[in-house]
Amino acid sequence: MFYREAGIFKTSYASDQALFRIPLDRLFVIGVVAAAYLVVPFVGDQYWLGSILLPSLILSIAALGLNILTGYCGQVSLGTGAFMAAGAFMAYKFASNITWLPIPVVIVLGGLCAAAIGVAFGLPSLRIKGFYLAVTTLAAQFFLLWLFQKIPWFVNYSIAGVPTAPPREIFGILVTGAEASPAARYLFVLTFAVVLALVAANLVRGRIGRTWMAIRDMDIAAELIGIKPLNTKLSAFAVSSFYCGVAGALWSFCYINTVEASAFDIFRSFMVLFMVIVGGLGSILGSFLGAFFIFLLPIGLNNAVTTFGLPIATETITYIEFMVFGALIVFFLIVEPHGLARLWQIVKEKLRLWPFPY
Amino acid sequence: MSIRSLTLALAGAAIGLAGLAGAASAADQIYIPNLVYKTGPYGPSGTPVAHGVADYLAMINMRDGGVNGVPILYEECETGYKTDRGVECYDRVKNQNGGAVVINPWSTGITYALIEKATADKIPILSLGYGRTSAADGRVFPYVFNFPSTYWNQATAIFKYIADQEGGFDKLKGKNFGFVYLDHPYGKEPIPTLDILAEKYGFTYDKYPVPPASMTEQKSIWLQIRRSKPAYVIMWGWGAMNATAITEASNVKYPMDHFIGNWWAAAEPDVVPVGEAAKGYKGATFNGVGTDFAVYKDINALYDAGKGTWSKDQIGGVLYSRGLVTGAYMVEAIKVAQAKFGNRAITGEEMQYGLENLDLDAAKIAKLGLTGLMPPVKVTCDNHEGQNPAILIQQWNGKAWEIKSDWIAADTALVRPLIEQDAAQYAKENNITPRSCS
Repeated sequence: MFYREAGIFKTSYASDQALFRIPLDRLFVIGVVAAAYLVVPFVGDQYWLGSILLPSLILSIAALGLNILTGYCGQVSLGTGAFMAAGAFMAYKFASNITWLPIPVVIVLGGLCAAAIGVAFGLPSLRIKGFYLAVTTLAAQFFLLWLFQKIPWFVNYSIAGVPTAPPREIFGILVTGAEASPAARYLFVLTFAVVLALVAANLVRGRIGRTWMAIRDMDIAAELIGIKPLNTKLSAFAVSSFYCGVAGALWSFCYINTVEASAFDIFRSFMVLFMVIVGGLGSILGSFLGAFFIFLLPIGLNNAVTTFGLPIATETITYIEFMVFGALIVFFLIVEPHGLARLWQIVKEKLRLWPFPY
Repeated sequence: MSIRSLTLALAGAAIGLAGLAGAASAADQIYIPNLVYKTGPYGPSGTPVAHGVADYLAMINMRDGGVNGVPILYEECETGYKTDRGVECYDRVKNQNGGAVVINPWSTGITYALIEKATADKIPILSLGYGRTSAADGRVFPYVFNFPSTYWNQATAIFKYIADQEGGFDKLKGKNFGFVYLDHPYGKEPIPTLDILAEKYGFTYDKYPVPPASMTEQKSIWLQIRRSKPAYVIMWGWGAMNATAITEASNVKYPMDHFIGNWWAAAEPDVVPVGEAAKGYKGATFNGVGTDFAVYKDINALYDAGKGTWSKDQIGGVLYSRGLVTGAYMVEAIKVAQAKFGNRAITGEEMQYGLENLDLDAAKIAKLGLTGLMPPVKVTCDNHEGQNPAILIQQWNGKAWEIKSDWIAADTALVRPLIEQDAAQYAKENNITPRSCS
């Protein structure tokens, strides 16, 4: 009734190539982003902004990064945590040693360093594929974390080895560190998430994205039609690691306030991989849905039990959380193996016919 | 399709309900949240501590009706020892029920993440013998407390004990020691102190890092130790690493009474799985162990009334006692704060005053029935570690931990400058002007 394509005519190439070709889609996305900017910071309390939305958005960026590599280019990676750590540690080095650098530049530089490291660890992907590639990225995971803990240069020779993310401001408003208000940190992270999502959405539907998908679907055929595997695979590694690096830097600077290697361990890599799988491989929206689902469901379950005031021991709540969470993931993968993004697509298809389905 | 949408709706509702958790009740009570970890790989160590804290506070509520008549509301939030969940827990509890009075993070990683947040929110952090060592400098870290001792002072006290065993510090000269540690910020903490001690007393020591990812594979380390035959082996371990190390030490026939763990490497979960071979293993501690203390009259009464949080046959271990002691420190600090601000529910800022002016001498501890369980502590504005950090050495006799030494004072003259140096570097990096304490 409301959502339909009938009667929408494209009269120019530009409108035919637009990111959202259905006006309702475009209005919806613009509305969500506008609400995220204009409404949420005023209605959300500190807990919601600082501990729910902020980490979910940061993990969405990491999931976007992995989705580019795994979902679009077909290269399995278990090194997400390490690339996040690379972004965090290098951003810390830039922020603490070149103190006049504006904080967005610091975060982007952290991401660029992660991209360079990602390219280096992506080189084996030219020769090895599938699970074997996953093992080499696993090597990146362990090697990089070991490196950051082993060499005191990365933490400015801090005796404790866990440096604090320095407070930085934009336009006189603190956006990193503990004193920054959750609303300011949230808006800062939201801006990164929106810009990076927009860039990703345009990358994957352009020439680069199409070469990634060609390599993913059949690399020999892609090579025969003139796509260079070297450039394609390494660019996917670079862009993916850049996203992960930015996410890692934001995680350290805006969320946990410390640059700590154990925040980026192998379990973080798996968590982001689950986000991508549950959210939907090869989908921008799926990265966001997956990140929110995987990160918030355990917290929501934990909170729900507490809210009802049931007299259950703390550890039992956590075990219930583990069980329900695991069961739900299995359930979703059986019912909808293409992820939450596919569910959303089905909802849209149903909406086209609503309220008069055949 | 219907069941699918139902699940979606349920998941949505669960997340939505989380927002309601922020609703606070305004009753006059002291709200003490506890960030515990009873699950995950470190759960066996986290569980007794949590029960110790809970039991002491429940006992105070039952026996005295709270602190000076103001009941304590105790609540746990499970972190699983994970930093991000710890931060989430902190944000969740800090404004509930009229505001948290004090935060116990129970993890070095979470402590580091919360130092600035809690300082900004004016909620004191009590990291009892863990966390950031240099937080002992109260001028830079007004809201962080780590009495009764820190890792660095513990290292000096352990060497004091070794010197006593060997007959003086001059006997340490030329000796070789082994340092087995978890390759993690926690395990690496004492290394700068050990370097200074080695230089001062003319001994050498070899480092044996154990990677956290493979804590239970230490064969090669202990083969090296068998070859180099260090006079003593000191361990900064945690979790499954401890029991593995003790097993391996017995496999290479290392003399157990020359193997000393720090206070997180010497509890029941570390030695019981090893069995007979662990006999003789020593460890540092800052609290007594066992149930032969006056305070257990009230704790037992709590269990007889069915209000205990654990089972009665499990209480009394090293980590449970540490939890009890933590509860006692918090209650005493609340009393100090109430003496100044009135007998009512206090705020985090007032609790900071209470902790900072905590002065527990032997007489007061005896009155609490805790003699032998906790050392006397006097906290001041610039020294949040307490004036006389000291440890006990305990030994596992195959059935229980036995205290083998008197309180061994740490070499604060050596450690304090290091603490001040690290705190000053922190203050410089974060643009903090240290407050004046004079």
